Amino acid sequence: MTINVSGEAAIAGVANTEFSKNSGVSELELASVAVRDAIADAGLKPSDVDGMTTFTLDNTDEIEIARAVGIGDLSFYSRVPHGGGAATGLVHQAVMAVATGMAEVVVCYRALNGRSGHRYSSGVAGPLLTSDAIHWGWYTPYGLMTPASWVAMYTQRYMHLAENVQDAMFEIAHVQREYAAKNPAAFFYERPFDRSDYDASRPIVSPFKMLDCCMETDGGSAVVVTTAERAKDLKHPAVIVKGVAQAAAADMESMTSFYRPEIARIPSMDIAAKMAYEQSGLCADDIDAAVIYDAFTPIVLWQLESWGFCDLLEAPKFVLDGAMRSDGRLPTNTHGGQLSEAYIHGVNGIVEATRLVRGQSVNQPAKKVNNVLVTSGVGVPTGGALLGRPD
Amino acid sequence: MTPEQTKAFEEKVYAFVGKPIYTGPRRGYDDVNSAMIRQWCEVMGEKNPAYVDQDWAGKSTRGHLIAPPAMMYAWTQEGYKVASEGRPTDGQVEMVKFFDSHGFSGSLGTNVDQEYFAEAKVGDAIFEESVIESISEQKTTARGIGYFFETYAKFTNQDGVLLGTQRFRVFKFIPPEQEESAPASDDSLEIPTRVAAPRGQDNKWWWDACDEGKILIQRCASCGALRHPPRPMCGVCQSTEWDTIESTLDGELFSFVEMHHPKFPGYQYPLLVGVISLAEGTRIIANIVGCDVKDVEIGMKLKGKVERVDEKTILPQFYPANN
Repeated sequence: MTINVSGEAAIAGVANTEFSKNSGVSELELASVAVRDAIADAGLKPSDVDGMTTFTLDNTDEIEIARAVGIGDLSFYSRVPHGGGAATGLVHQAVMAVATGMAEVVVCYRALNGRSGHRYSSGVAGPLLTSDAIHWGWYTPYGLMTPASWVAMYTQRYMHLAENVQDAMFEIAHVQREYAAKNPAAFFYERPFDRSDYDASRPIVSPFKMLDCCMETDGGSAVVVTTAERAKDLKHPAVIVKGVAQAAAADMESMTSFYRPEIARIPSMDIAAKMAYEQSGLCADDIDAAVIYDAFTPIVLWQLESWGFCDLLEAPKFVLDGAMRSDGRLPTNTHGGQLSEAYIHGVNGIVEATRLVRGQSVNQPAKKVNNVLVTSGVGVPTGGALLGRPD
Repeated sequence: MTPEQTKAFEEKVYAFVGKPIYTGPRRGYDDVNSAMIRQWCEVMGEKNPAYVDQDWAGKSTRGHLIAPPAMMYAWTQEGYKVASEGRPTDGQVEMVKFFDSHGFSGSLGTNVDQEYFAEAKVGDAIFEESVIESISEQKTTARGIGYFFETYAKFTNQDGVLLGTQRFRVFKFIPPEQEESAPASDDSLEIPTRVAAPRGQDNKWWWDACDEGKILIQRCASCGALRHPPRPMCGVCQSTEWDTIESTLDGELFSFVEMHHPKFPGYQYPLLVGVISLAEGTRIIANIVGCDVKDVEIGMKLKGKVERVDEKTILPQFYPANN
C-alpha cells in the first residue's frame, strides 16, 4: 500500500522564544517556552499533544519537556540527525505520524543556547571521542575544521564555474538584512548595511566575509502539526503540508562531500525537491515565496537550482534580477533568515514559511502567497517542505 | 555581572576610546644616541652594521648611524621610576583602574604591530603621541572572560617627520580563581601542534604509512577500484578485501580555500587548504604551500611531498608543480 502524505497534515501553531546572545535560562526552559507557546498559538492544550520530534543534537529530552509543559501520554517521538539538516525533517516525521495515525498532534522543537553555551563556530577542534572523529581526521590536520571552511570549498568551485557569484552573495546578504531591519524580532532589526560595509567586513574563509555567514543565537522555535481535518477548526487558517522529503545523495560525507565528480551543487536537495514536487503535484512555477536555509550566502544559490527556479549555474543571475525581494519572482527569507534574524537551525524558517502562507509575515509580500518552500541545512543530509493554503 | 550590569559597565568603559594616554606629545629622556643603540642591539643579538658600526655607517650612502626602527618605542619609555613611583595618571591608567575595580584585573599583552616610515639618526629627538584606539566586545578566551584594548602611538622627530606607528593590544580579563602558589603547568610551555587525526581500525594504516613518508591509496582486491578516504568495503562490488598502491603525488587543484578566522594554535598562516585530484584518480585534501595565494587557481598542476609540519605531525603538502 502506498500512502501519499500530501494534504494529510497541516501546521496549526508556531512560536519562537526571544532571540538573544545570552538567554540566561536553561535550554530546557527555552524548549518548554517554545513548545508551550506553539501549542497555545494552535489554540490547543498541552494535553492534546501526543507526539514530539527534535534534532539528535538537541540536549533536551522530550519527556523532560513533556513533564515541564504538562503534556500527557506520548505515542510518537522521533529525532533527526545531521545538525541543521534536520529542520524540515522534524515536520517530515510529524507528517508521517499524523498521516498514519501514529499521533494526532505532534510538536516539533529545537532550542539551544547557541551563543552562551556550545558555539558551533568553534569548529570541530578539541577532544572528539565520537565515531565522527575518524571522518574529521581527514581535515583537521590541515586546518579545514569550521563549517565556513567546508562550505567555502564548494563555493570556490562554484565561482570557478558560474558568473557573478560574489555579487549574488552580496545581494542575498543584503536583501535579507533589509528584511531583518524591518523585523522587530530579528537580531539585526534596524541595522541595515551597504555594499561598502559588506566589502569591508572581516574575511572568515575565502571567499566568505563575515556578512556571508550566519550568526550564533540563543533561542527556540516550535511548530505544531495536526491533521488537515482538525486544523480547519483551529485558530488560524490551516497551513497544509503539501510535500515533505528528506534525502542523502550517494557518496555523501557530513559537510565534506569533496569526492563527487562535481561539488558545486547539492544532489541531496535535488532528490528532496523531486520527491516533494511529486507528492504535492506542484512545480517551481507554483511556489510564491521561499524560506531557504542560509547558514552561508551561496547555499541559497544552489538550493534555488535544486528546486528548479533556475538552471544549474544560473542562480546568480536569478538572484541579481531581484527575485528574492518583496516584489520579486520569489520573495525569500523574508524574516531576515539565519544571516540576519536568528540562527535556530532552520526551525525559525518553518515558523516564517507558515506565517507567509497565513499572510502574517512581518514582511508579507503584496502578492497572494499560496505555496511556500522551506528547506533544511545543506552539506549534510537534508530536506525540504512545501507548505500552502488548502486547495 | 547581570546583562544590565554588563551593559552599564561597557557604556563606561567604551567612553575611554579616543582618550589620550597622556597630555601632549612626550619627548624621550634621551635623544637618539649610539650608546643606547649599542646596548639594545647587544641584548637583541642585532649585528647590522648600519646600527652599530660607526666606520661602516660613515662610508655607507647614509653617512651616519641610524637607530633600529623597532627601537622607536624604547626612546619614549618612562624608565624605572614607574616601578617606584607608579605612572602619573592618564587615560590608560584610569581605564586600567576601572577594569581592575570590576574584577578584570588580569593583563596580558597580546600583539604589537609597528609600521615604519622614516629613519631616526643619532642626535634626533623622538616624540610620542598615544591614544586608546579601541576596546573590543566581551570575549571568552582560554585565559578567561575579558576585553581587548588597543593603543595607537605615533612617533615623530624634532622636525615633525613621522617615523613610525605602533598598535599595542592588551587583554584585560577576570583571572580564574587559583592558588597563588600553584606552579605554572608544563602544558602552558608546550608549543601547540596541529589537531591530529584519531587513528582507528579503518584509517590507522594510512596515517602510519604517512609517518613513513608514503601516501597510499586503498585498492579493492576484487575489482581494482581505488578509494579515498579509506573505508572497509568497496562501494562498487562490496568486497572487504583490499590492498594499496602508493601515490606519485602528481595532482591538479580542484578547489581551495584560505583560512582567515578563527585562527587555530599550531597552524601557520597564511593557511591554504585544497581539494587535489591525484593522477591516480582519487582526491585528497591537503595544504597548498610554497606559493602566494594570488597565484593559486583551480586547475593548476601540483606536486606533493610528505613533510614534517610540527613536532608531532607529518602530512602531505602540495607545491606548484613547476617549482
